[in-house]
Amino acid sequence: MIVSLKKVAKRYTRGKETVEVLHSLDLGIEQGDFVALMGPSGSGKTTLLNLIGGLDRPSEGEVVVAGEHIDRLSGAALARWRARNVGFVFQFYNLMPMLSAQGNVELPLLLTKLSAAQRRKNAQTALTVVGLADRARHKPSELSGGQQQRVAIARALVADPTLLVCDEPTGDLDRKTADEILGLLQTLNRDYGKTIVMVTHDPKAAEFAKRQLHMDKGTLVPGNMP
Amino acid sequence: MKYFPFLWATLWRKKARTIFTLLSIVIAFLLFGMLQGVNAAFQLGVDNANVNRLIVTSRISLTEALPISQRQQIEAVPGVAGVAHASWFGAYYQEQKNFIFAAPVEIDDYLHVVPEVKIAPEQVAALKQNRSGLIVGAETMKKYGWKIGDRIPLHSTIWVNKYDGTSDWKFDIVGVYEFPSDRSQENGAFFNYALFDEARTFGAGTVGWWIVSIKDPNQSAQIAAQIDKLFENSQDETKSQSEKEFTQSFLKQFGDINFIVKAILGAVFFTLLFLTGNTMMQSVRERIPELAVLKTLGFSDGKVTLLVLAESLLLCLIAAALGLLLADLIFPLLKDTIGVVKLPTRVLVSGGLIAVLLALATGGLPALRAQRLVIVDALAGR
Ligand SMILES: Nc1ncnc2c1ncn2[C@@H]1O[C@H](COP(=O)(O)OP(=O)(O)OP(=O)(O)O)[C@@H](O)[C@H]1O
Ligand SMILES: [Mg+2]
Repeated sequence: MIVSLKKVAKRYTRGKETVEVLHSLDLGIEQGDFVALMGPSGSGKTTLLNLIGGLDRPSEGEVVVAGEHIDRLSGAALARWRARNVGFVFQFYNLMPMLSAQGNVELPLLLTKLSAAQRRKNAQTALTVVGLADRARHKPSELSGGQQQRVAIARALVADPTLLVCDEPTGDLDRKTADEILGLLQTLNRDYGKTIVMVTHDPKAAEFAKRQLHMDKGTLVPGNMP
Repeated sequence: MKYFPFLWATLWRKKARTIFTLLSIVIAFLLFGMLQGVNAAFQLGVDNANVNRLIVTSRISLTEALPISQRQQIEAVPGVAGVAHASWFGAYYQEQKNFIFAAPVEIDDYLHVVPEVKIAPEQVAALKQNRSGLIVGAETMKKYGWKIGDRIPLHSTIWVNKYDGTSDWKFDIVGVYEFPSDRSQENGAFFNYALFDEARTFGAGTVGWWIVSIKDPNQSAQIAAQIDKLFENSQDETKSQSEKEFTQSFLKQFGDINFIVKAILGAVFFTLLFLTGNTMMQSVRERIPELAVLKTLGFSDGKVTLLVLAESLLLCLIAAALGLLLADLIFPLLKDTIGVVKLPTRVLVSGGLIAVLLALATGGLPALRAQRLVIVDALAGR
């Protein structure tokens, strides 16, 4: 079990109001799985994904990912843990506009002890995996949406994490480009053994996953429970 | 530093704005270098002042003469090691801008009291033999291309020579003096008081001021008080000061340079603080999502804070280095005006320190903002 959530609740406080976004949620994901997380807007998908990726902490319950109780880690330790264990892919790519594709992909490696030459080589390898080796010198503004998302995937891969979390990775792409990106994720899952958790609104995209989970109003809809 | 390429790219993400900010800082530091240089040049005179000497002037004003008869009384004060005198001559060579600090002295006394002045013994002898002899500072000698043996006129803005009725006093150059401990004092000349006193149309028997060397610098205040006491209630009351106090009060005539410099620089840097601070703040605000991504990738809060600070440090240090370099190149051009050749290292060092402070002051708030940024909120645009 690479992801294990037990009785997880998440509450946000806005002023005097407190809203509970996730209610006593249980979830387990096996190593090597490819999970599509679906559900209406506001149902708490992003919130759940952020907890799994260690970007946020639960208000209650326990979150164990890649063998670590990440709800108990301090801020700095959690940051270190993320760098080693999780790769993130977002809907709007979130690349650094002033860096080339190569520079963007090398960014996570600045946190490792690798030499400059090693960093360059690993970034090139990651760009080759996503099929963009020939665009290494291009800035994000010189790339198409699909290409930018490939760079983002290369950045998520470069430190070789076991887990990839993707929040609507094809939400901003046309059908054909989306299918290419989803195909790439499928390859990463199948051939490279990456565990992937992907939030999507798109039923077609969800079909690329091995299984689908549905959320509604802060809980997983029964029938999909593992 | 492996973060340098990243920092460099970040710094230049908005080229026009960075260049504008950079230029403002460069100009501020150029100004800093020049003004502090001038200030330091004046201060140098104060710092180089000898603690073993008193300057005795008329109580009424710096330019009021004193009777030569005061000499024996001053010499008799316990603790006094030697007494010499000098007078204003107000000399220039050919043109008013070629000011030369020429002073009539009794050379043996003068060298006894001001031993920093170095003259070859045979040239001292030559001066004493030649009534219209002149010993010229090495710097002045070089500036006008004079040689020993030249006969040159010095125009006095104060004194008329009664033998030929003109203000152009003719001198024979018989020697060169050096002032190794402060080369800026080599822009001057000495000539015989005997000639001066005899040939001037008024003021015979007076001197401009006394230079008194004392045995123990700790006693300078008491001795100064004792000398002034001697002439209290006489026609020629005196004001005795240590050489340092004297130099300071002399400079005060031009206004409080130190204060003016500090005031101007204060205003400049105050403005700069807001300008640069605003640039940094804006740049961080635009980059909130990017900073959130850095944190997502595993950069800790501390690291992100340091990156923002390093960016402002990079900007300020580059600009300060350029500004100070420019000042260092331009400053020697002022040599003729203020007499100091090189921008003092201490000005460069303090410039560097100010650059660091500026960077911390302007980068501090943005860095704090970056540190406090919560990933999930920033990613969601909250
Ligand atoms: N920091 C926060 N403060 C207050 N409310 C929050 C915060 N984060 C999330 N929420 C609320 O929690 C609920 C779930 O948000 P979440 O972003 O997880 O939904 P989602 O399923 O990802 O929706 P979408 O499909 O639109 O992305 C929403 O009602 C949202 O307004
Ligand atoms: Mg969402």
